Amino acid sequence: MDELRELYQQVILDHNKNPKNYGKPEAHSHDSEGYNPLCGDRIHVYAEIEDEIIKSVRFEGSGCAISKASASVMTTMLIGKTVAEAKSIFDGFQEMITADVNSSPNYDKMGKLAVFSGVREFPTRVKCASLAWHTALAAIDKSDDVVSTE
Amino acid sequence: MKDIAALEKNVPAAALTYDIDSVYNDFPILHKPIRDKELIFLDNAASTQKPQIVIDTINRYYQEENANIHRGVYYLSEVATRKYEEARETVRKFLNAASEKEIIFTSGTTDSINLVANAFGREFFKPGDEILITTMEHHSNIVPWQMICEDTGAKLRVAPINDQGELLIDEFEEMINSRTKLISVVYVSNSLGTVNPVEKIISLARSQNVPVLLDAAQAVAHTPIDVQKLDCDFLAFSSHKIFGPTGVGVLYGKEKHLEKMRPFKGGGDMILQVTFEKTTYNALPHKFEAGTPNMAGVIGLASAIDYVTSVGLEKIHAYEKMVLDYGTELLADIDELRIIGTAAEKSGAISFIIDNVHPHDIGTWVDRDGIAIRAGHHCTQPVMDRLCIPATSRASIALYNRKSDFDALASSLKTIIEVFR
Repeated sequence: MDELRELYQQVILDHNKNPKNYGKPEAHSHDSEGYNPLCGDRIHVYAEIEDEIIKSVRFEGSGCAISKASASVMTTMLIGKTVAEAKSIFDGFQEMITADVNSSPNYDKMGKLAVFSGVREFPTRVKCASLAWHTALAAIDKSDDVVSTE
Repeated sequence: MKDIAALEKNVPAAALTYDIDSVYNDFPILHKPIRDKELIFLDNAASTQKPQIVIDTINRYYQEENANIHRGVYYLSEVATRKYEEARETVRKFLNAASEKEIIFTSGTTDSINLVANAFGREFFKPGDEILITTMEHHSNIVPWQMICEDTGAKLRVAPINDQGELLIDEFEEMINSRTKLISVVYVSNSLGTVNPVEKIISLARSQNVPVLLDAAQAVAHTPIDVQKLDCDFLAFSSHKIFGPTGVGVLYGKEKHLEKMRPFKGGGDMILQVTFEKTTYNALPHKFEAGTPNMAGVIGLASAIDYVTSVGLEKIHAYEKMVLDYGTELLADIDELRIIGTAAEKSGAISFIIDNVHPHDIGTWVDRDGIAIRAGHHCTQPVMDRLCIPATSRASIALYNRKSDFDALASSLKTIIEVFR
């Protein structure tokens, strides 16, 4: 059960229960919808971007604790970052959640995102953790297509 | 052997049971621990486990009997052909079909429905014709018809269900009219466990002379089926949902329909004579079995049917009802849990949601206790939309499940509710 406790850390449960930056904003410059056809999870990410700086990020949708907490933590990470920084943070996040189970990576530089390191023990849940990020990046890139995890 | 004597005497369900320990021991995978925990397999609506006898039959086929069937004049081909055609007879008897010509081997329920959609629908549907299904269909009994409707100009109509997940039979009846060319309904819903009133559906269809296809994927392993008594026109099921191998299925069709239908796929084995000018098709059932079939799969399916028959479907039906009732009561007792699908007649599956815990989190959590359940929309998105939920968790049983499996599930669910509180 240790891996399970690591997956469902209190921080994740708290974000699931009380997600940050939840709900459609009054105004936004960018947005995108993400969909995981395997479980039916849907997320909509809204962003306000000015001069390559992400001024605000909000989301709404339904999903499991992992996807909701991931979206919530993501919004707190992205606000104030440049578009380039956002992409670089996502690359690190993706690397962490898909890292080999037997490796022992250093998560110190992951900051708040380190709470999702347990996801790598659960390959079926990687898409739950990455859905919000894929959707946010699509919003930033102004792609109008619905993002799918498949 | 059917335990008709017990049925006639209306004896209590306990008398209509079988040796569960012995059945449980017939399935080797159930004895393989998952992360040091006993496997509790409650995802039988998705696919069932295989008894040793089925595994042995398939092994023996490849070790001792394998060769391509039909027209081989040597020993092995004759053995394989005989076994393959004996399997057809096993299926015929199992469904009580009138003739072996009415048993077509396919790759599964989906393939069977697609066969009817293409060889019957594409051939006979005209613009304005209607196909009637229900809200609780699996995607495999929705999408093939949508595709045929696009091509033929026919219209797909969907009969509604109530909040309990039961078909609204009066509305259903009203939707049958002179334009209705086919009714295709699920016998038992995979996501809700609802048993549809198929006898009533068929009698309504008969009065308007409309053929009926039954998707029996979730029925075959749980309830005895007699296609002549039911008087259905088509019936589809998958081998892997009745303890047989994957990649095999059956389409039963009344001979009068099958005779009129054009082959769906062209190729070897489905022809009598081929010239570049003209090809004549083989007789039933071969005209619908183009190419080398899944011989090992078909022979494995026959072995699975023999196994189920030896336990007895009446007994399985009675035993499973007892386990399902027990599980339903146990889960319903959990305050935070709501059962989705509370039809009066249910079989096989319990779908549920838990306040503030997503089905995917539930699935991952109970898996760590060795419990396999399914989370998601179960390929029935329209049902989820109708009931205004994105997904459910589903525990579905087979003849080897025990009441204690639900004790374990309930206990695991209580811990996740506590953690997510």
